[in-house]
Amino acid sequence: MSPDSAEVTHPTSGARQKTVTDDRSGAVKLELTGVGKEFRTKRAHTVALKDINLTIKDGEFVSVIGRSGCGKTTLLRMLAGLLSPTTGQILVEGKSLWNGTKVDTSVVSQLGVVFQEANLFPWYSVAENIALPLQLRGVDKKTRLARAAELAELVGLGGFERSYPRELSGGMRQRVAIARALSISPKLLLMDEPFGALDALTRERMNMELQRISLATKATVVFITHDITEAVFLGDRVVHLTPRPGRIHQIRTIEFAKPRDIDVQTEPEFGAIARDLRHALDEDEKR
Amino acid sequence: MTRNRTRKLLPWISTPVIIVLAVVIWDIYVRVTDTPDVVLPPPGRVLEELVAALGTGEMWYHTWITTSETLSGFLIALVIGVVAGVVLGKVPWLEMSLRPVIVASQVVPKVALIPLFVVWFGFGITSKVVISALLAFFPIMLNVQLGVRSVEAGQREVMRSLNASRWQTFRHLEMKSTLPYVFAGMEVGIVLAIIGAIVGEYLGGSEGLGYMLVRTLNDLNASAMFATTILLSLIGLLLYFAVNALKRFLIPWHESVYAQQDLNG
Repeated sequence: MSPDSAEVTHPTSGARQKTVTDDRSGAVKLELTGVGKEFRTKRAHTVALKDINLTIKDGEFVSVIGRSGCGKTTLLRMLAGLLSPTTGQILVEGKSLWNGTKVDTSVVSQLGVVFQEANLFPWYSVAENIALPLQLRGVDKKTRLARAAELAELVGLGGFERSYPRELSGGMRQRVAIARALSISPKLLLMDEPFGALDALTRERMNMELQRISLATKATVVFITHDITEAVFLGDRVVHLTPRPGRIHQIRTIEFAKPRDIDVQTEPEFGAIARDLRHALDEDEKR
Repeated sequence: MTRNRTRKLLPWISTPVIIVLAVVIWDIYVRVTDTPDVVLPPPGRVLEELVAALGTGEMWYHTWITTSETLSGFLIALVIGVVAGVVLGKVPWLEMSLRPVIVASQVVPKVALIPLFVVWFGFGITSKVVISALLAFFPIMLNVQLGVRSVEAGQREVMRSLNASRWQTFRHLEMKSTLPYVFAGMEVGIVLAIIGAIVGEYLGGSEGLGYMLVRTLNDLNASAMFATTILLSLIGLLLYFAVNALKRFLIPWHESVYAQQDLNG
């Protein structure tokens, strides 16, 4: 953070929005109450996020969608323990992620994060990249490599364990990044526009792959995107954030059974949801 | 496939051909124009002189002196350069306050200071080592500083999200990421270290190949001068390739290495 921006703390500005809960059963994985983020610089005071209330159940796949500038990346960075919230509370399995501006490392260590860029380490092989989080935890080499091989297989990179990142395509690199995030069997997988830098066809294939991987690992996923089709296709629920200040505008539950076929996108109901979201997003721009 | 293989072999064929061609032209020129030996001796004579010189212990002694001066200076420059580069790269306020001095010291022609060093550190090995170190220090420090700064923000973020300690971040990210810059500095530094040692020997002292060059010049012994020059060039090549080999060994993943491999085979 730049030195001239300071974080401002003030009490939660009332619970004007009801906490949105899902009615399906299952343990609560992630709970956000009154989460907000303000940036204050000499010239401007920006409310990036305001009063975010969201509860995510075990095994749920939640897409977060919004125009650029709606604070969705800010939200993910707060969930990932990279940026402290100004107000509110983030609970992972009932344990608070943040104590003021200090992050609880024992909670962070249960998260897996995938960024827009794969951010692989070019000096490490695919297997070493995947196993890096385990290496940092002092897991022995044999166990590490076995786990890396297993995960490479899972993300469709079996046989590439000894390759180096430069030898891989963009999609393959992002698969490695996903495998790396999964290596520690995270309680929560956080993804910030992971396929934003990929071409449309690769992206579609990666969506299918991500669905398969998330079902196979029963992972709880928060998936940030600005692509409506992607959000609806993958999400059990789609959270729509509106900008200035960033807040939850609506949450749509997507009923299509999983695993979903790519053809689900041509179904009228899918089209209707996508159209609704599209209109809502267009409204955001006019505001 | 065959075209590719031919292309890879090309430098191995072209380099000897160019060298042989240059020597042949040199030889013909000397014969045709009847140039006196003092100005340009024929290649045959130079070779004779080189072989004869290498037969004596004296030449080996001078070679050893120059090589050890160069290596000592270079290693000192490497250690101090890496430490200074890391510190300046990591501590912005220090870099800011020292920047004018660093820029100024870059602009000063350091070779002009050599007579001063001879006065300060004497005519022995020390002054040459100091000069070598000084010349090699700057490219190493500046590259390391750049390298420390160039660690990708995204990769840092990955380490942060993995709860990595400072030491782990250094070991797995910062060090590996800076290493290519260290080598870029070393490749420039080793060449400058040799230059420093030779110029130091020119200006003062009674040992080393630089001193030999001046002596053979004073004796108007051009063939011995050529032989010494060739020897110096060989030392330079060997040291450069040693650094390059170390780089290939330590950072095979870096594009400066694999791009070269794609080119050479």
